[in-house]
Amino acid sequence: MGAKILEIDEIAPAFKRYLIHEPVIARKHRAGQFVMILIHDHAERIPLTIADSDAVRGTITLVVQEVGKSTMEMGTMSPGDPIEVVGPLGKPTHIENWGTCVCVGGGAGIAPLLPIARALRDGGNRVVSILGGRTEELLILRPEMEEVSEEIHYTTDDGSFGVKGLVTHVLDTYIENCGQPELVIAIGPAVMMRAVAEQTRPLGIPTIVSLNTIMVDGTGMCGGCRVPVGGEPQFVCVDGPEFDGHEVDFNMLIKRQRIYLQQEEEARRRYLASHNCRAVAGGG
Amino acid sequence: MPRELTKKERLAIPRHPMPAVDPAERVQNFEEVTIGYTEEMAVGEAERCLECKKPKCVDSCPVGIDIPAFVDAVAHGRFSQALAIIKADNTLPAICGRVCPQEDQCEQTCVTGNKGDPVAIGRLERFVADYERGRGEIRMPRCKSPSGFKVGIVGSGPAGLACAASLTMEGHEVTVFEALHKPGGVLIYGIPEFRLPKAIVRDEIRSLTEMGVEFKCNFVVGATATVDELMGEWGYDVLFICTGAGLPYFMGIPGEELIGVCSANEFLTRVNLMRGFDFPNYDTPVAIGRRVAVVGAGNVAMDCCRTALRLGCEKVICLYRRTRSEAPARIEELEHAEEEGVDFRWLAAPVEVLGNEDGIVTGVRVQKMELGEPDLSGRPRPVPIEGSEYVVDLDSIIVGIGQGANPLLTQATAGLDVDKRGCIITEEITQMTSIPGVFAGGDIVTGAATVILAMGAGKLAAHSIDCYLRGVPMVAEEEAKDDAENDAGLAALIPSELETRTQNGAM
Repeated sequence: MGAKILEIDEIAPAFKRYLIHEPVIARKHRAGQFVMILIHDHAERIPLTIADSDAVRGTITLVVQEVGKSTMEMGTMSPGDPIEVVGPLGKPTHIENWGTCVCVGGGAGIAPLLPIARALRDGGNRVVSILGGRTEELLILRPEMEEVSEEIHYTTDDGSFGVKGLVTHVLDTYIENCGQPELVIAIGPAVMMRAVAEQTRPLGIPTIVSLNTIMVDGTGMCGGCRVPVGGEPQFVCVDGPEFDGHEVDFNMLIKRQRIYLQQEEEARRRYLASHNCRAVAGGG
Repeated sequence: MPRELTKKERLAIPRHPMPAVDPAERVQNFEEVTIGYTEEMAVGEAERCLECKKPKCVDSCPVGIDIPAFVDAVAHGRFSQALAIIKADNTLPAICGRVCPQEDQCEQTCVTGNKGDPVAIGRLERFVADYERGRGEIRMPRCKSPSGFKVGIVGSGPAGLACAASLTMEGHEVTVFEALHKPGGVLIYGIPEFRLPKAIVRDEIRSLTEMGVEFKCNFVVGATATVDELMGEWGYDVLFICTGAGLPYFMGIPGEELIGVCSANEFLTRVNLMRGFDFPNYDTPVAIGRRVAVVGAGNVAMDCCRTALRLGCEKVICLYRRTRSEAPARIEELEHAEEEGVDFRWLAAPVEVLGNEDGIVTGVRVQKMELGEPDLSGRPRPVPIEGSEYVVDLDSIIVGIGQGANPLLTQATAGLDVDKRGCIITEEITQMTSIPGVFAGGDIVTGAATVILAMGAGKLAAHSIDCYLRGVPMVAEEEAKDDAENDAGLAALIPSELETRTQNGAM
């Protein structure tokens, strides 16, 4: 098989976009699906949502935020490098003509939101997007999201762009002014998705969230990704990644995302230490 | 010179124990535990065989190896010939010699065993496979001329490898699809290094590659391409589905979602496939703490217990709701685990996982059981003893109570009939599924079983697939085997000059 990186560009601080040649996955990809990648023999398998695909060119796009050792190391790869990619995994987003769909994206969650928003638009929906980031430059994929949205709102923590505050504030205002949408899709940090779900629950607005959990294989074999949904354990890799936001046990999800926090921190520290040493040695 | 022994003399030879690394030393590392027979031990053990006129061992072998013939070859020091005899029926002897439950198969029906210990058939199988590996003389069986047919095999575990070997020898073009990034299935992700060195699996796979088998890793049939697409635009004439029992069962008790509870599959995959024992040299972490409980007493549970010890756990407790006699693990695995210091709690069933406010496991509430009347499985039913609950303090719990059929492929394949457990339904003799040209075998059909049963299914399916492709009616396996031998398939496997050299060396 042999997937290969074609292009890498930095779209925001610590955010890189990878264009990967992988014709089979490009042809099969549907909005909402993800891949597992492995960057070398000693690396870990990590799940990444497909941000875009081009069946004609045979490419998929991944947008990766550099948060730990694996994603930082991935950032040092170059065009032409081989990369192991398997997928497309997970259930595609269920698309139908709902009417108005509000797409709420936070931080790195904007990347997986893009293909879903596009599929909803193509499915005849009116797409209203509410995107949040810490600062203006961390609001990624703005032109792409604007292209698929009929209406778009931005929030930043520092007020450097759009409304100062949280996406939930804008969602509140939107519902107040324009009435209830038929569907809300929220993708972002677990605390953001929980806040959106809590906001729409009393209003009875169907709310879909896309979960990001620890996985080893991504095909239902390890069960490491399991999260209680409606009181029943669900495997995010094969039963999801999208679930009814009102049924997800976000508290458990947040705890389970932190299982390997200590090891992740150790790996990151070691990586940065060795990386900086090399940089210093190279500079000398 | 080979000795000629009387039956009485043969019976007088005691079974040769398997040399093993000292338990205190071996729990410090992941090196293989059993060392294997020396040539002298192997010849001596082989001489215990009574050469029965009607050998029962062959009938108890899922792949029907001509056991008396290979054992006789070993007794006469003709090790390469012995291996050729095995390889006529079993393409993976170095693996089966290590992981087959021989005590429930060939060795159970061994006539020598009627009056004492059975001939150590499994150890002899391993010996001859290792002997050839050690000499770097792994030879390829000869393949028939290309048939022009394309066969796709879905899953690269034991069933897939056995099927791939047989079909390639028949001249078909074989592609094996593997969802993970390395081929081998459970042999790679599941069975630990100390029981089955991965170099052996890699060598077997390399042999298949050299025979012409193509392995496509990172390919999830049902996701990357569907069964329909493979049979259509991808141009496969036949598919053999052997995706195994990859879906981990959990206990369904309160607290199971807590941090520190993981499936045996996850634990073993992190350690074996991803080399998590060597973190941070390898990036995949394993975090099980110092006190671990493993639930279940099958081979997978034993692998977890012994792996946990090797990761440096201070206390490894095995919780099983029945007794040692009902434990599904091979006796050798139980013995090894006992020697290494696993704390077995028989008649102990977990009823609740306990955790702290951060959602981290702190212990497990265990109920004592007693054995009652036999249940549907024929084993005595464990019955709870009222008021017997106690708490065990723990850092983590590994659930090794079994695996079911992974639904990924079956749910993505319209028209593929499955039973209520999600296992694929096949026609008994031909192993064809409800979709014409699509066959299935191994754990995805039977539910979780053993390496050798999966290999047996792969081998039988290969025969059925070959008949299907050539448009001939399927003949019984016995006849097919006789035919194969008459076809000089066996002669092709025996390098005559090497055999002579070995004989000379022995004399």
